[in-house]
Amino acid sequence: MDRIDTYPTHVYNEFNMRPGRPYPFGATPVPGGINFSVFSHHADYCVLVLFKKGEARPFAEIPFRGMFTRPGTAEPFWGDFRIGNVFSMVVFDLNYEEIEYGFRMGASQPKVERGKPGLHRFDTSQVLLDPYARAIGGRDVWGQTPDWDKPYPHRGRIVYDDFDWESDRPLEIPTEELVVYEMHVRGFTRHPSSGIKHPGTFAGLREKIPYLKELGVNCIELMPIYEFDEFEGSRTHPETSERLFNYWGYSTVGFFAPKAGYAATGSAQDGTMVADELMTLVKDLHKNGIEVMLDVVFNHTAEGNEFGPTISFRGIDNVTYYMLTSDGYYFNFSGTGNTLNCNNPVVRGMVLDALRYWAAEYHIDGFRFDLAAILGRDQNGAPMLNPPLLEVLAHDPVLAKCKLIAEAWDAGGLYQVGSFPAFGRWAEWNGKYRDTLRRWIKGEGGLVSELALRLQGSPDLYASRGPTASINFITCHDGFTLMDMVSYNDKHNEANGENNNDGANDNNSWNSGWEGETEDPEIKTLRFRQVKNAFALLMVSQGVPMLLMGDEMGQTQHGNNNMYCHDNEISWLDWNLLEKNPGLFRFFKNCIAFRQEHQVFHNRWHLHSQDYMGSGYPDISWHGVRSWQPDWSEQSLMLGFMLDGKHARGGLGEDNSIYVFTNTYWEGHDVELPRLPEGQRWHVFANTGAPETEDVWEPGTEPALSDQSNLFVGARSVVILVAK
Amino acid sequence: MPFKSVLEIVNNVAKITLSGELDAAAAPAFRADVEKAAEAKVKAVALQMSSLEYMASAGLRALVFAKQKMGTQVEIYMIGLQESVRETITMTGFQNSVTFLDEYDASKIEGV
Repeated sequence: MDRIDTYPTHVYNEFNMRPGRPYPFGATPVPGGINFSVFSHHADYCVLVLFKKGEARPFAEIPFRGMFTRPGTAEPFWGDFRIGNVFSMVVFDLNYEEIEYGFRMGASQPKVERGKPGLHRFDTSQVLLDPYARAIGGRDVWGQTPDWDKPYPHRGRIVYDDFDWESDRPLEIPTEELVVYEMHVRGFTRHPSSGIKHPGTFAGLREKIPYLKELGVNCIELMPIYEFDEFEGSRTHPETSERLFNYWGYSTVGFFAPKAGYAATGSAQDGTMVADELMTLVKDLHKNGIEVMLDVVFNHTAEGNEFGPTISFRGIDNVTYYMLTSDGYYFNFSGTGNTLNCNNPVVRGMVLDALRYWAAEYHIDGFRFDLAAILGRDQNGAPMLNPPLLEVLAHDPVLAKCKLIAEAWDAGGLYQVGSFPAFGRWAEWNGKYRDTLRRWIKGEGGLVSELALRLQGSPDLYASRGPTASINFITCHDGFTLMDMVSYNDKHNEANGENNNDGANDNNSWNSGWEGETEDPEIKTLRFRQVKNAFALLMVSQGVPMLLMGDEMGQTQHGNNNMYCHDNEISWLDWNLLEKNPGLFRFFKNCIAFRQEHQVFHNRWHLHSQDYMGSGYPDISWHGVRSWQPDWSEQSLMLGFMLDGKHARGGLGEDNSIYVFTNTYWEGHDVELPRLPEGQRWHVFANTGAPETEDVWEPGTEPALSDQSNLFVGARSVVILVAK
Repeated sequence: MPFKSVLEIVNNVAKITLSGELDAAAAPAFRADVEKAAEAKVKAVALQMSSLEYMASAGLRALVFAKQKMGTQVEIYMIGLQESVRETITMTGFQNSVTFLDEYDASKIEGV
């Protein structure tokens, strides 16, 4: 049966229309036309502006309220396509592939000049991007210099959302089984050495799925892929004349649109095709058992402060979308100029709508929220005990199985690691894990007790939430790579053109004896060992491990710890390193496989240091040079622990027992091993102090130790044993 | 060049020759030919595409429509694609629904 609402009721110039539906917001294909719907509390004037794709001037401007005629007559009458604060109408007979759209909004307030404070910033001369645009044109091919004189640079496009997902759905891998790989879509394959057909794109990432599978990760976390402007803040390096970009993309233009410049199909200027390419990537990753998590930036937008460009939100409803001081300046808790007003009910709704859209339409498995502490601030910036946005996300039915991960701090000084309002759902990037492990690996004393907590999933921070609240990482996009962490004491950010003033100063790194590149074989050997030490400890920690793209092959940024602006060979993953450092890749791959094979690492709840299974061993026990005698003193630089296989997954699983010993002394030590039950023997899975050919074994092929009582653990080494 | 779709049914195979640009405006003409082929209950569809210059997202959808309309047992062959069209189909994942051929292969398509 045909619908009866697919016929026009109003005519404006040559366009046939009818009142639209407020929901969903944005531009939605409907039978015969497109439903446009946009919110503004304070605008009393709204016009839909339509462009032929790429053209500077619009071909139509259609008001949401004004004088219309009825179809087939010339009789004018007043029409108002608005319900509440939502302007919505259906325009028929538009070719969705060929048009771009935006809005003009106005109100009776006087125009606020650029650079001046103001609560409302309506300006009818501006064409505004739809906050709900599902595709955005204007930066279709990465790095292609835009026509700066072109009006309305970021344009809404229509997505025909009928992708054929077949039977795909989000994987819902239990959080405790995840191994997360943080990556930059462009940087992953842009380097010429990637050897693929579509470098730097979603399609290129898809070509590398076999590599991810071989490495063994089961979740990739994509640095921002919402549409952003790589030319935002773009500048030329004063000395090298190199163009610096907004490469990372932590500055959102549109929360519902994938970055067109990340699509190999971006040049077709077809929003649906860009969406298809990304959806195909997600579908194929899922087919290969790999989840997709998005790093999402809801704390601010690309519009900056009162000097920034008017793209969308500030021209649609400035006072709703942004946190403003009473005299109309932008709060800057993000450190980037503005702060999205996330706990305004309308903005909260937009954040929720966006996440639901990505979960439902793109089958995204989880989200990591950049500077998430901001999401818990009220409209005046004060932290709330019970932030409604965080609560609503935690309990949302569509997001119910999505992983929600907070970067639990912001640039306004709010640090909530361990205290982020979790509502039983939220996990956190555990900054304390990173700092403790880094300091331990470089050989700092006074850490052994804290190390024990971090290895257990930080029960001091997440007592009631369990280890899966802890996303354990030693490196991420922010800061040094793992190889640089053991090669540099200090940051070397001169290439960023900010006199080395940008980037963190507290890197907790040690250069192993020489600052930067060296041919000294001893130092090089030590660095590789230190990298392996770090990764080995990450892989045997309770909680959810995350590694940074390229660490598995020794990627370097030459001491730069803030690569946000580099779209070049320093930031792109150099695939030649795989051939150069095969031993490192082998070590990483086997450690991931070992972790995945052993349920003792997959505990949903914290360990108790007790034997509640009657196995004769506690679930976790601590050891020193003498077994059962850990040295908790300030001077101690050694610690051993044993995970009892009978207590795997709280006793619900059955596994081998595992013994781990970490020594950060500059000398090796003989270590007494805990005695095993009759019939079992210790086998060595990894020993970073051994020559590279024997420093790790494929799980299942571990050789038995000839001496079951004592083991020599080399200087600055980690040993992992498995009982069989 | 405007889009053109020409259908002929021979030996239980629907041969559709496409030329020009297959976009949202052109897709209905192609879909109409697909429907005719489906009514004729052919066992395969051979899309001669060497003169097809461009395919937009609506064109890609027309391929899925063809597959859905015909049923999974009916093979869809795409013959002589221009590189850019082939790339578009591959990058967006639609190659899973079809088989690419460089030229018409009667033994494969007609089973003779």
